[in-house]
Amino acid sequence: MLLDLLALALIAVGAFFFVAGTIGLLRFPDTLCRLHALTKADGLGLGLTCLGVALLAGTAGEVVRIVLIWFFVATSSAVCGHLIARHVRRAANAGGR
Amino acid sequence: MVEPLLLFDALLGLAIAALAVAVLTVHDRFAMIVLFIVFGLMSALAWVRLSAPDVALAEAAIGTGLTGALLLTTLHHIRAAPAAPVPVPGGVVVANLGLCALIFGGLAFAFLLTPLQAPGLAPAVAQNMAASGVGHPVTAVLLNFRAYDTLMEVVVLLAAIVAVWMVERGTVQAPAPVLGEIYRGFSRLALPAIVVIGSYLLWVGAQAPGGAFQGGAVLAAVGLLLLLGRLYRPQPAHRPFARAGFVLGTAVFAGVALLVAGGGRLPFEYPAAHAKTLILLIEGMVTISIAVTLAALFHGREPEAVPVSEKSE
Repeated sequence: MLLDLLALALIAVGAFFFVAGTIGLLRFPDTLCRLHALTKADGLGLGLTCLGVALLAGTAGEVVRIVLIWFFVATSSAVCGHLIARHVRRAANAGGR
Repeated sequence: MVEPLLLFDALLGLAIAALAVAVLTVHDRFAMIVLFIVFGLMSALAWVRLSAPDVALAEAAIGTGLTGALLLTTLHHIRAAPAAPVPVPGGVVVANLGLCALIFGGLAFAFLLTPLQAPGLAPAVAQNMAASGVGHPVTAVLLNFRAYDTLMEVVVLLAAIVAVWMVERGTVQAPAPVLGEIYRGFSRLALPAIVVIGSYLLWVGAQAPGGAFQGGAVLAAVGLLLLLGRLYRPQPAHRPFARAGFVLGTAVFAGVALLVAGGGRLPFEYPAAHAKTLILLIEGMVTISIAVTLAALFHGREPEAVPVSEKSE
């Protein structure tokens, strides 16, 4: 029961960070600011959501799978953020010359 | 009290419809593709809610992931060699409209004629599961009971890559973007995991959701990562291997189907004692073909002897 409540709280806080990241994506002025909001907030939201779901998992195998999902989503979104920022910087450099 | 999941389903359905409208009305091509990818992800979620995880996996891996990659790479080539928009002849528009209306009419007809309360074919499948050689009803239908349909799906992929290699022969190809060291490090990290996940999806298909198409699509991502990171560069000398890869699935599938015939059995009627082995053999070879074909579709035209000009880092 306590575990359920803790998991619920973690997932709710995780969802809050996703919403915050999405508001940042919609409201911030340029691509780099938007990336900043999105990658930071979603990274935290993902971690908290995975932690909450892992608490509800029935078996050790499920926990391992959730950890793997967290790891790959986190690394791939970090790499995506890097690629987009890199593209923006290069496009800006090319345009400024 | 309204069931909370019903509310979720209603929102999901509305979101899918809204995304479909947005995909068709937005003017920027890039935005169109991104919206289409989101549309695919939402559709995959809808399939999960309809308790069809097999379809959800296929939709996410092929319909969203790989189709999205194909659309984006096409956009990259279009942008590299911008051409004046050619006006579409009125006849083509009318013909397209007619065909779309025909498909829509057919679907509506099938939907309206389907009895709501009929048992369908589920009991027939359940009764014959023991003879199918596998433990998962969807795999039993795809690889055994309705194997001919699946063979035709594999043939469609083969035809697609043959067409792409012929049509794109001699076209100018845009240089692939250089993605840098961090991307390469990530692909080294992700590659082994993708191989494991793709093989697992193939293997688990006998008992649970998964199978050749889902596994093949995931394994095709290996090819995409290698091509994008320039860890693999297609050479003209590799063409025979690629061709063998394209044909392998169709050849083994059709070969097995014909070889089991005879002695009172029809084509595709596997002997029950060997059904599991034969299905695994077919699925394994089809998976390889799907992975190779999808990766080759992403690369586009066949590798030629002329060196492609490359932008240096």
